[in-house]
Amino acid sequence: MRDLGLKVSGVLVVLLALELCSRTGLLSRDWFPPVTETYAELFKLAAGHPLWTEIGRTLSGWALGIALATVLAVPCGILLGSNQTAYRMTRVVIEFCRPVPSVALIPLAVLVYGVGLEMKVFLIVFVTFWPILLQVIYGVQDVDPVVRDTARAYGLPPLARFFRVTLPSAAPYIATGLRIASAIALVLAVTAELVVGAPGLGQSIVVAQSNANLPRMYALIIVTGLVGWVLNLAFQAIERRLLRWHPSQRQEVAQ
Amino acid sequence: MSRTTNGAASRGLNRRALGLLLELALPVAVLVGYGVWASRAQSFYFPPLDEIGRYFNELWLFDRVGSDLVPSLVRMGAGYLASVVVGVSLGLLLGMSRVLRTAAEPVVEFLRALPAPALIPFSLLLFGSGDSSKIFVIVLGAVWPILLNSIDGVRGVDAQQLDMARAYRIPLAARVTRIILPAAAPRIFAGMRTSLAIAIILMVVSEMVASSDGLGYFVLEQQRSFAIPEMWTGIILLGVLGYVLNWLFLRLERRVLAWHFGLKGLAGPAAPRKQSGRAARRSARASSPSAPSSDGEV
Repeated sequence: MRDLGLKVSGVLVVLLALELCSRTGLLSRDWFPPVTETYAELFKLAAGHPLWTEIGRTLSGWALGIALATVLAVPCGILLGSNQTAYRMTRVVIEFCRPVPSVALIPLAVLVYGVGLEMKVFLIVFVTFWPILLQVIYGVQDVDPVVRDTARAYGLPPLARFFRVTLPSAAPYIATGLRIASAIALVLAVTAELVVGAPGLGQSIVVAQSNANLPRMYALIIVTGLVGWVLNLAFQAIERRLLRWHPSQRQEVAQ
Repeated sequence: MSRTTNGAASRGLNRRALGLLLELALPVAVLVGYGVWASRAQSFYFPPLDEIGRYFNELWLFDRVGSDLVPSLVRMGAGYLASVVVGVSLGLLLGMSRVLRTAAEPVVEFLRALPAPALIPFSLLLFGSGDSSKIFVIVLGAVWPILLNSIDGVRGVDAQQLDMARAYRIPLAARVTRIILPAAAPRIFAGMRTSLAIAIILMVVSEMVASSDGLGYFVLEQQRSFAIPEMWTGIILLGVLGYVLNWLFLRLERRVLAWHFGLKGLAGPAAPRKQSGRAARRSARASSPSAPSSDGEV
């Protein structure tokens, strides 16, 4: 209860400080409209306006990208995680592709796919593939050897071993991979919209800025942040629910 | 006797050579495959390797290094350093005070969830199109993993050590530099590694919007003028840059944290992979609830 009060007052202090800075002219009003104006604009946007369409556009790229990347990366990760030879063969390629700054591929994606949804999805898939793949590999490699050997000693067929031992044990890793991927995918979706003008939240921020409609620009930036925040919360909640049985979550409840 | 050791040694050597062959087979196959395919297909978007190589030689050895590579690196370096300084000092403050930490949590969570590129228009308004707006964007994106990891690191300091230090009346400054910072260093470095990747990305993105030099500007500009092989040289250079910086960072981390890895019996930052099942699960547990150490590995 006390925590909640602290949190609320923390937010209020920041907002109040911004409002005062703008009203007193400490920060130029040309750049910083008072926070109240921004929020008024935000509610106006939320009431009517294509705001929800823009959010939908950004999120459709996000969702398609993550879904495709998951479908591609999980089987690859399971294969590479359970087969040492395959892992070593691909290790160099993975280690090289992973730190490549994803955004360097934006121009290529624009050339090949144009500026629409496809381009966004391609970028997101290419980039989120790696964190998911790595998490799945680690997860599969990290199966408790005792459990694995026990399952084998009891003569469980390979398929059952996979579904009853490997997959449950790798599940928390896969969940972490997905959560990382979700944040990255949103960054990429917004970046693609901002830089090349694919329709979505990023583009409307640029449009608001070039129209010198600053309250709207700030309102849209806030919306983008809220979208990221809600996605993050949603992933955490789903993870907690699906992986209730796992020690990592049980521990958390116990604390 | 000498024969058997010789035999074992040569067998070990053979195995290692075989392993190396195995690891290099796929990259070589990919390169050769692409080379053969590209020279046959005459695709407009995917030029053959020798053409890319020729342009790379022409552009980056060392014609455009001063005009594009250096400004990019300077911005990234400045933004990254500022992120480290701000992240660690704020992390110390928030890590040591529960009240401040709780009060700041919603704001930090929100700003962390906000995709940093969305702030580029804001930064342009604030600083114009010069270097400082780009550095600002880099800091706004790269500071969060460092900040969150510093907070966690500071909170994880052994309470007994702190009590002991207080009992001996060690002054606050000494407590921070001698006890808290070293204890938090492994977590801080984990955050710094994540931030490095983010800083590179934001450097490129910020240069793609309203800029007149830098690698991001170069790549986008070449694409807009349909100079495809030139564009590819930029993409490859960025890839190499990301790889090299990551490698340098790992070496630095291994050196600075040598005492830590020695203490834990780990070989280096990459070691968690080879932990026993139980230890890895413990570390997964430690990072699972909020996973700041692995967040945003773009």
